[in-house]
Amino acid sequence: MKKGVFLVFITLLCLNCSDEDTGYEPTPQPLDIPQIFSDNIIAPVIPTDNPQTMEGVALGKQLFFDRILSADGTQSCASCHGPQSAFTDNTPTSAGIDGVFGTRNSMPLFNLAWNYGERFTWDGKELSLERQAEEPVQNPIELHSNWDDVVDRLQNHPEYPELFQHAFNTSTITKELTTKAIAQFERTLISANSKFDRYSLGQTSLTAQELNGLDVFLREDKGDCFHCHGNPNNPLWTDNDFHNNGLDTTFDDLGLGAVSGDPNDNGKFRTPSLRNLAFTAPYMHDGRFATLDEVINHYSEGLQDSPTIDPLMKQLDQGGVQLTTQEKADLKAFLLSLSDPSFINNPEFQN
Amino acid sequence: MNRLFVLLCSIMLLTSCSSNDDGETPTVSTTFKFTHNWDGALIRDYNFGPIQYINANGDIIGFERFRYLISDIVFTKANGEQIELDVYNLVDLTNEVNMEYTPETQIPPGSYTNVSFTFGLDNEDNSENHLDLNSASFNVPDNLGGGYHYMQFDGKFINSNMQEQGFNYHAIRAVDNPGANPTFPQDTFFTVNLGAINVTNDVEIEVQMNIAEWFKSPNLWDLNVYNQMLMPNSTAQIMMYENGQDAFSLGEVFQ
Repeated sequence: MKKGVFLVFITLLCLNCSDEDTGYEPTPQPLDIPQIFSDNIIAPVIPTDNPQTMEGVALGKQLFFDRILSADGTQSCASCHGPQSAFTDNTPTSAGIDGVFGTRNSMPLFNLAWNYGERFTWDGKELSLERQAEEPVQNPIELHSNWDDVVDRLQNHPEYPELFQHAFNTSTITKELTTKAIAQFERTLISANSKFDRYSLGQTSLTAQELNGLDVFLREDKGDCFHCHGNPNNPLWTDNDFHNNGLDTTFDDLGLGAVSGDPNDNGKFRTPSLRNLAFTAPYMHDGRFATLDEVINHYSEGLQDSPTIDPLMKQLDQGGVQLTTQEKADLKAFLLSLSDPSFINNPEFQN
Repeated sequence: MNRLFVLLCSIMLLTSCSSNDDGETPTVSTTFKFTHNWDGALIRDYNFGPIQYINANGDIIGFERFRYLISDIVFTKANGEQIELDVYNLVDLTNEVNMEYTPETQIPPGSYTNVSFTFGLDNEDNSENHLDLNSASFNVPDNLGGGYHYMQFDGKFINSNMQEQGFNYHAIRAVDNPGANPTFPQDTFFTVNLGAINVTNDVEIEVQMNIAEWFKSPNLWDLNVYNQMLMPNSTAQIMMYENGQDAFSLGEVFQ
């Protein structure tokens, strides 16, 4: 009997100890989910193979701002995704290290973990944030590197091997770990402290003009913006879905159609969030509209018909929803209430 | 040592038996499989896009987006006893998501004289905050009464000028006086009765929707008249409510 008890004791001891054999683990750092999100929408998407950790986020932030990712050391992710522009660029398209401009507007970066469909970029071709981070590094008109060289540079850097050791428990640097770290940092870019957020939480009030603008936004017989751009109960202010919003009659850029191969998807692009419009001009996938007024005018009078235009685009025969000058001004005032200065000035997000 | 072994074996035996209490009534799972057709022709996501279906009014239409809510599944026995499941499912034919739905609650096998569900949400459920439906952008704005869409059907048709035109057949709770104090002329969710089902085992119940019915009767739907901005149009909402009554039917039952 004594031997049996001893055997059970030893077995239990071994079972209890088994988790401690792995040694160091990075420190978990779950996303700090804002109340306006937890009250209204489901939990963010965090890949099981890339949990948020304090060391991983810190490494990702350093990589995001480090020009070591570019072939000639002149540009970083932040060159086209600057904090003061809500992590987009202030030009219609952006120039890479060779001075060559791309064809798409740099997308702003925030609330990315709440993109439930996990289709990133304007055309949805990237199926995770980790995979998205691979592409600009090797794109010949962006950072124009190749990943083997980047990994070599990081591996031979005086600091990075140790930072990877802390973040991922290995000092052997790979492309996969590098993009995992960048994705962890990008998931921390949360914007949820606009004037409208505080209004929704009962912490402030909106002006009469902003409230009128909200009414225009939500009225199906006025702006009807909410079907694609969310509503006070969906504070992402995007459906993250793909629509042809009537920019062109024919397409130089097929958007989703080039990814899916389905001609019914030609001219469809992902709905951008309406948060932080005060900082993200110019607008649309090609940055064609310099001002918010131009955007509102487009939906009011400027719609262009094409075979794949979304049926949610209203009064196409009249060019759009025909807002009055006052309604346009009200709508603009409301839209600007969705901007979040604390996001662009958050010290956690600065270099 | 032997006594310890017997003790451990006894504990394991007792633990493994705990979920097989002979006193419990056996239950079975129910799975609802949603299929869609246009007067008998199967509609799948790959049929979306081309303008190719002719409705009762003679308008040629195509699908762009189609999703709807069903809720509150009820199993009724001959003695009137009902098993009510306070659930909902957002069927998304556009992306073929939630095309099969298995409620967590299982039911006893038996002969049910009717199986029913609600199209849309009743007013109580519609007034609640559903995070998954918010995340799917299925809301109805507060100035239109709040709550959620019952159905979002977006498409295109050839109008009387022979031009392609969009339509938004969006079913919601009928509302008048949009704004701060909307009023509700009548309820527009409705009960779909599938009829009797004898449940002997885990069962898969096919729920068929003939999409063409939404345009057919009792109101012959003219898309040239009713195409867009129908959410604040209570007349259109009540017509949708009336036309939807015959859209659903019981398909095959597997068990």
